[in-house]
Amino acid sequence: MRFGVVQFPGSCDEVDAVLAAERVGEAELLWHRDADLRGVDAVIVPGGFSYGDYLRVGAIARFSPVMESVIRFAQEGGPVLGICNGFQVLCEAGLLPGALLPNTRLRFVCRQADLVVGTANSAWSGDCTTGEILSIPVKHTTGRYYAPEAMLDELEADDRVLVRYANGHNPNGSLRDIAGVVGEGRNVVGLMPHPEHAVDPLTGSVDGLKLFASAASLRV
Amino acid sequence: MSDAVAPVGVVQGIDQAVALGLTRPEYALIIEKLGREPVEVELAMFSLLWSEHCAYKHSKKLLRTLPTEGPSVVMGPGENAGAVDVGGGITIAFKVESHNHPSAVEPFQGAATGVGGILRDIFAIGARPIAVLDSLRFGEPADSERSRYLLDRAVAGIGHYGNSIGVPNIGGEVYFEAPYETNCLVNAMALGIGERDKLIRSAAAGVGNIVVLYGASTGRDGIGGASVLASAEFGEDDADKRPSVQVGDPFEEKKLLECSLELLEKGSIVSLQDLGAAGLTSSASEMASGGKVGIDIDVAKVPLREPGMAPFEVMVSESQERMLCVVKPDRVADVLALCEKWEVHGTAIGTVIEDRVMRIRDGDVVVGEMPVEALVDDCPLYDLAPEKPTEPVYPAPARTLPVDVTTTHDLLLALLASPNIASRRPLFEQYDCLVQSRTVRRPEEADAAVLAVGEDGAGIGVAIDCNGRRVAADPYWGTVAAALECAANLACVGAEPLGTTNNLNFGNPEKPHIAWQLTEAVRGLGDACRALQAPIVGGNVSLYNEGVAGPIYPTPVVGMVGAVPDVGCVAPSGFARDGDAWGLAGWNRMPSLAASELAKLRGEPLPDGLPEIDIPHCVSVLSAIRAAVRDGSLASCHDVAEGGFLVALAEACLLGGRGATLTGSWAEVPEAILFGEDACGFIVSGSREALERLGDVIPLDIFGTVGGDALRRLPDPDGETVWSLDELRNAHGALASLFP
Repeated sequence: MRFGVVQFPGSCDEVDAVLAAERVGEAELLWHRDADLRGVDAVIVPGGFSYGDYLRVGAIARFSPVMESVIRFAQEGGPVLGICNGFQVLCEAGLLPGALLPNTRLRFVCRQADLVVGTANSAWSGDCTTGEILSIPVKHTTGRYYAPEAMLDELEADDRVLVRYANGHNPNGSLRDIAGVVGEGRNVVGLMPHPEHAVDPLTGSVDGLKLFASAASLRV
Repeated sequence: MSDAVAPVGVVQGIDQAVALGLTRPEYALIIEKLGREPVEVELAMFSLLWSEHCAYKHSKKLLRTLPTEGPSVVMGPGENAGAVDVGGGITIAFKVESHNHPSAVEPFQGAATGVGGILRDIFAIGARPIAVLDSLRFGEPADSERSRYLLDRAVAGIGHYGNSIGVPNIGGEVYFEAPYETNCLVNAMALGIGERDKLIRSAAAGVGNIVVLYGASTGRDGIGGASVLASAEFGEDDADKRPSVQVGDPFEEKKLLECSLELLEKGSIVSLQDLGAAGLTSSASEMASGGKVGIDIDVAKVPLREPGMAPFEVMVSESQERMLCVVKPDRVADVLALCEKWEVHGTAIGTVIEDRVMRIRDGDVVVGEMPVEALVDDCPLYDLAPEKPTEPVYPAPARTLPVDVTTTHDLLLALLASPNIASRRPLFEQYDCLVQSRTVRRPEEADAAVLAVGEDGAGIGVAIDCNGRRVAADPYWGTVAAALECAANLACVGAEPLGTTNNLNFGNPEKPHIAWQLTEAVRGLGDACRALQAPIVGGNVSLYNEGVAGPIYPTPVVGMVGAVPDVGCVAPSGFARDGDAWGLAGWNRMPSLAASELAKLRGEPLPDGLPEIDIPHCVSVLSAIRAAVRDGSLASCHDVAEGGFLVALAEACLLGGRGATLTGSWAEVPEAILFGEDACGFIVSGSREALERLGDVIPLDIFGTVGGDALRRLPDPDGETVWSLDELRNAHGALASLFP
């Protein structure tokens, strides 16, 4: 499995994502101005502050040349993971439902959080068990998941909540404690917590590795 | 001077020189060096380079007494940052710098650009920034809405810049004391990683080479920051100084950082310098000085943010996120192409010339021409006139401890809730401590921050510290204590000091009592760093930190970096295993309540002097603790700092989420043992055998056992000296209310 990690100006966690993916496969960076995805099997849109978060988080990155290819790749069923800013970009690109709003407390928050796996039925959670608890850090200012009530009902009915914050762990006021969601085709997922920062016992937990391992075990 | 014609420009004269901060004798000296009166551009440049901030004219002689050499030192003072060799071919660059006055005027941007500036210093020598720590001082938060505002916005600014640029903030310290009320301190320390033979110096070289300015465009922001803000006391009209504060853009800096490192990786540039205080003036002059060459700059080529800027404004602008590099003529196209890739402006603005002059042109018109030496080296240095004050400099702190808080039980809770001791979690949760995947110990997990830097489990420990109140009580021993505190924090994670950086934050050095504080503090710093074999590799001086109410506490902030051979065996601060024995290690005498946190809460005046510290004893304790951590015999290790023994014990319980028993003949224990403060005491836990082994080497008393959900005295006939973990946690969480 070859992962491609998109690099925008202002990306911060792209090398971390490469390091995490390399634990289960190969990984390389994809430059934002280059529309060529170089034949990778899965795409990760990483965390950071693409284009300085100017205008609105993720709003400018969504129009970069590489994203046109990522959107096509996703529409053709390719596995795509958006982490934090990447989740915001995928929402802006229309690949995932809902939006991320500023945290209720309007402050950046960095802490370890317990997540409850909502569904194992996606390209990035096949190695998890529904209801399993994952300890993965969050770090963001704009992570409050929002969607209209009807859309939230539909997401839950379709089993498309990837992960929720465990009771007492919602750091940002996300509706229904939603921390990550699955796209209609189940190949695209996005989440605010950072699984790439939970892949080594030395630096925290290893629970995030399951997402990368899930994608690596897909047939390609 | 060479064959130069007199530059074109207005001669503004001595009154303007004085208005810009020069003294009359200094102005006369400039005339002597030039052989004529300076024109506008020249006067602006001299006034900045001869300011306290750039020329260190009141501190340079003292700084020369500090130890700067050692086996691990790769780069010492004088470069953009210092650097030490941590083994395995890895070099760690680091430096601390202040942004005090800008932060007191506009805390968000002041603190943010402080982080931006210190990060540029790191990547200017070719090291990738891997961490930021911050050292903050404010007035009492309970009394002062202004202090709460400054704290809130400074923390937000530091977080905004560091988080957005992808450099983790891994530790720091904050103290709240009334003398910082009108003059807060914001010091930021940054670390970078590089390969020893790939680091780059700032000296310009190669006559005929091209000088390229890249990064943000140049505007009118921050004009005169170094001279207006950083080199004078605060008065009543500080709101007028707000335009002198620079505005930061971390996105621009992120691109600048990646562009700079790629330029270095590709070998495209000869030398590199960041633009900080005094902008183009200082960076170009220092490059020329270092390379013993001259530089010819055409200000008309500098990309501007707004039209109509005068040449002197271009030369002194402190617009952020700019770098200056020297490039061989045949590589200019490569450099500009890389700038285009990272979407930063890149413009050739000048040439390295043989004549050792700074020649400033506006198109074809020469608007300034000055010998480099006169600008950079000839600023007069002043001797201080230190005199120990006969009267107390600082009023006694206001008593905050209610009179009915007298029992040991209640005193501990009051100390844990006091602003200088309460948990910093509400602050550090606003910082990304994880990005770059090196963070082995996050804030509050261990006494020092720990980063993995090598492939083989090698890492570094980093600490920053200074208790200004203790320095105010005794500048010499207080500074020794600050350095020992850093070394103690490093010992807790098994790190051996390699090098030190420092930020000397003091009042007006022209006053004899401030000169005395500064002289004594530097003497203490030198002695401590020599004993610890942790030479000073760089630092910063911030003087004139005085408000209408008087000077700040003298605050020589010490940052120390140490090597950790195996980050896998770093001890946490908190108790780690139920059933472990725990003890107090290191102290060979009764600690003192003088200038302690408890004395402050009781409103006691600062004492005149602190007990002497047995430095050789401390060095041997540090060595034994470090060895015990490295061989894995300690399950936890936490140094005793503000609040003393009982506070450190409660912290070890809280951070480990475990209670403990405290056994002893309680009724006879003097208050000084429980709450007194001294250097190099440690709360350690592990197997009883391991502690007994350590006790063969250094003083160590085993006091109890780890476990349970309370800190409990045994025997406790009255049932009064029990603290539940919840009770301790509530007290320790007192700062949360400041960050709703």
